[in-house]
Amino acid sequence: MLQGNNLECVRGDRVLFSGINFSIEPGELMQVRGPNGSGKTSLLRMLCGLTVPSSGEISWNGSSIRSLGEDYFSVITYLGHLSGVKDDLTAIENLRITSALAGVAIDEKIAYEILQKMGLEERETLLAKVLSQGQKRRVALARLLLVDTKLWILDEPLTALDVSAIELIKNIIEQYLAQGGMVILTTHQEIDIRATVTHQLYLS
Amino acid sequence: MLIWVIRRDLLLAMRRQADVLTTLFFFIIVVSLFPLGVGPEMNTLRIMAPGIVWVAALLASMLSLGRMFSNDYLDGTLEQILLSPTSLSLLVLGKMFSHWLITGVPLVLMAPVLGIQYDLPFSALAVLTLSLLLGTPILSLIGAIGAALTLGLRGGGVLVSLLVLPLYIPVLIFGAGAVEASVAGLGFDAHFSLLGAFLLVSLVFAPWATAASLRISME
Repeated sequence: MLQGNNLECVRGDRVLFSGINFSIEPGELMQVRGPNGSGKTSLLRMLCGLTVPSSGEISWNGSSIRSLGEDYFSVITYLGHLSGVKDDLTAIENLRITSALAGVAIDEKIAYEILQKMGLEERETLLAKVLSQGQKRRVALARLLLVDTKLWILDEPLTALDVSAIELIKNIIEQYLAQGGMVILTTHQEIDIRATVTHQLYLS
Repeated sequence: MLIWVIRRDLLLAMRRQADVLTTLFFFIIVVSLFPLGVGPEMNTLRIMAPGIVWVAALLASMLSLGRMFSNDYLDGTLEQILLSPTSLSLLVLGKMFSHWLITGVPLVLMAPVLGIQYDLPFSALAVLTLSLLLGTPILSLIGAIGAALTLGLRGGGVLVSLLVLPLYIPVLIFGAGAVEASVAGLGFDAHFSLLGAFLLVSLVFAPWATAASLRISME
């Protein structure tokens, strides 16, 4: 269970948000909404432990994520604005290396299958720099099918994706939620994801 | 996990050979220009050689520091590295090792060839190569701290030299000192022992310091 208590984010001398409280249980989805510059990405980076909140505390199963350190990183998957796809590596190398970094070493055969599921047939051995934005995004998202984590934190996962890919991601997220995963995501698109409980968090 | 980071960095270096060759050519050109500028005065050259080769190695190694983390930072890979369940110090150690393989090892291999231009005797060439073999990993280890601290800053290149060059000085003194001692026919064991000690100390502290600096820079 992930809990945020009275979170505040200060950038320079501007308070982006303050007094944010929430709590997510397995199987639940939290959508973070708000206009550009309202601090969605800052909040998500805070939740995955990349930045420290100016005040307030984030806890995972009752203990502060600061004190958990790498134990916390092994239960979350974060996909940021920057997809973490290397232009000079092929789709398959990208997928194998990012999942190895996330603690799941896979062989080439599995990587092929996953990329095919993501709709990247015959693009597997192309360098990422020749792929389109949407295809790069698919390579980054492919990691979701491999990792065995309890919480996904997704920052604008749907940017640059076409209709069929959005449908695919929606299905992946719904399936994950049904299996008891937790998802926190930001998106500007209207997307209807089925979950036992959907929290809406508005930042303004 | 360490293996994956090293494999990845080597693969990237192979796909972008220009980056690797820039460092090596810089080293070759700087070292080769001195004999041309100073003239064929063998005795002067022999005295100057250790210092010149070592200073060139220092600058060449610094030239590539900026790229150590910045590419990963720009495409978001660094975030994934920071969020990896594996210890960040260990992953950073992998990056330092591959940085040394890519920039340090070519310098070590090239040094004896370049040393011939300075009329160094065979024994001094061997000492030069060995001192670089011991010293260049220290340059990668210490340099990584500076690279991590200046990550994402404007003018980071200048800042990193200001931060790191003073820390390189002991390596320069004892690295070049070993070769000078060998040319003068003195013992150079003490120099090597000190270089080895520097290497061990930086091997222990640099990954940890770099990991901490990266976390600060990414906030």
